[in-house]
Amino acid sequence: MSSRNTILASLRGTQRTPATLPEVPLFDAGLPPALEKFKETLAGMGGIWADRSTDGDLDAQIRARFPDAKVICSAVPEVAGTRRIEEVRDPHELNDVDVGIVRPRFAVAETGSIWLSEVQYQVNALGYLSQHLVALLDPADIVGNLHHAYHRPDFFAANYAVLMSGPSATADIEGVLIRGAQGIRSLTVLPAPRVRVSG
Amino acid sequence: MKRVDHVRASREFIADEKHIEFHDKRLWALRTLRDEAAHGIEEWEQLRSLASGIKEHTLTHLADYLEEFERNATSNGVIVHWAKDAEEHNRIVHEILSSHGAKTLVKSKSMLTEECAMREYLEPRGITVVETDLGERIQQLDHQRPAHIVVPAVHKLASDVSRVFSKTLGTDPDNSDVHYLAEAQRDATRPLILNAEAGMTGCNFAVAETGGITVCTNEGNADLSANVPPLHIASIGIEKLIPKLAHLGVFIRMLSRSALGSPITQYTSHFRGPRKGAEMHFVLVDNGRSARLAMDDFWYSLKCIRCGACMNTCPVYRRSTGLSYGGVYSGPIGVIINPTFDLKKYSALPFASTMNGSCTNVCPVKINIHEQIYKWRQIVAEQHDLPFVKTQAMKVAGKVLAEPALYRAAIKAADTAVAKLPRAFIYNPFNAWGKQREVPDAPEQTFRDWYLKNRKAK
Repeated sequence: MSSRNTILASLRGTQRTPATLPEVPLFDAGLPPALEKFKETLAGMGGIWADRSTDGDLDAQIRARFPDAKVICSAVPEVAGTRRIEEVRDPHELNDVDVGIVRPRFAVAETGSIWLSEVQYQVNALGYLSQHLVALLDPADIVGNLHHAYHRPDFFAANYAVLMSGPSATADIEGVLIRGAQGIRSLTVLPAPRVRVSG
Repeated sequence: MKRVDHVRASREFIADEKHIEFHDKRLWALRTLRDEAAHGIEEWEQLRSLASGIKEHTLTHLADYLEEFERNATSNGVIVHWAKDAEEHNRIVHEILSSHGAKTLVKSKSMLTEECAMREYLEPRGITVVETDLGERIQQLDHQRPAHIVVPAVHKLASDVSRVFSKTLGTDPDNSDVHYLAEAQRDATRPLILNAEAGMTGCNFAVAETGGITVCTNEGNADLSANVPPLHIASIGIEKLIPKLAHLGVFIRMLSRSALGSPITQYTSHFRGPRKGAEMHFVLVDNGRSARLAMDDFWYSLKCIRCGACMNTCPVYRRSTGLSYGGVYSGPIGVIINPTFDLKKYSALPFASTMNGSCTNVCPVKINIHEQIYKWRQIVAEQHDLPFVKTQAMKVAGKVLAEPALYRAAIKAADTAVAKLPRAFIYNPFNAWGKQREVPDAPEQTFRDWYLKNRKAK
């Protein structure tokens, strides 16, 4: 018998009394205002909320934020950057990226998370090999809690999806918190309404 | 297998005041952060019941959910393997790696690969295995197993890490700055990730409905390991299954809050299928789990989501370190899991507990940990595996506690003894309660004397 069938047979052989599956509520009565809560939890996770500059020039604002950045790789139409993600063939080409620019599909207020998949990234490693990441978020795209997040159909279409909450972090040595462990050193979220197709 | 002597193994660690003091404080701080996070969620207790219920349902229908998971993963383009034990898991991983000509495997933390002793299997076969989690890397370079399931090197001080890194990564032996040490590991690991032919992750949750797995990490190393090399292998314990995507909400809300007190891990990553041009393999591993499911008293331990809350709250764990448990799993969860693998070897572990029940109270999936510890004690005692001092002491205690007159005489004598006897007599090697702690002063009066004087007469 194959290992597969051996395992399945021994599991069925245990004949444990079947337990019923409980219903999971959405726990969404009285949730706080989504944008305010998101800003608060994002800060708690080490992420940075930055208001838009008055002239609305995203490229200039990002340049001003990261004056030493040589490679800015953009995966969004609103920011030109110095490199387009569409030109990247292999994840290894992203090792020199100083700042990556993405637009999450949605965000979660409860945990300060942004949701990204291969559709938003185009090359997933952009979110991890880059030194810093900037996310353009439409405040209308924030859901209240994780229960709402896990009811989104987006998960069923994505081969890879991440709930990213702040920059990479570790406290593995003496409990000292370090932002910028193996992945990005900072995560900046900028409010930027999505261009919605009407009609 | 040699029997693990938890008391003896913890002695060296206990002898060093600086280490034990930090260890105790750090883990208690995690427990405190956990409390704050849990108290911030009104429906916390309801979430615990739901999590326990979902896990019990899944475990009592596990074969069906595994088949559903396999079906969906396969149709997503994942290659699914089944391993009945550690040896088969290691062989499968090695075959996948050799068929791709892979020489370097970068991996994120996985208790399952520790359980399978996978590094020890792969390295003599020419595969370089690189742990990319900082704590796990420290332990790998120091040739120790993880001392904690969430913070693997929590028993080390920065000076210990400095010593390990100066020998292995070439850092300045006189520099114990934590930022410097972490940065050195980042710099040393990045080229290894870029040059690796294969990446590996563990799995926190496997969702039958989507055929995908969820991996919860903080350092970004799992997402690097899975998204940079062209091959991703995930090792999955069969008990990690949950039925539906919507159930993740319950578990993700509690996992990191229970572990570290943060609302979520920095990265909660969902892998459902391979990237374009890449390959993805899932290895489903039994290794004793189906046998544990058949144990009437112990199958509940399969609900465990590996948050480590029971370890952080346990006074014995905090004062003895994970390494002293002598097995892959330590702390209260290790006390009840390790004996299912080898009762003889781990027969001392059920006694590494004060039975205060705190582990059970913080467990996000409501495992009756302290009750299982008690059951294991009964089994060990029935099999006459108790050490001599414990059996003799228990025999005397049994007699004394059964006879009220004898008990009263003993209490009186003991109170007098603590007050009058020389230290050497109380803190003798046969009195475990006199080690690393002061025996408290006896009360002036026993409860019985007080009762007789104040209440009985009225």
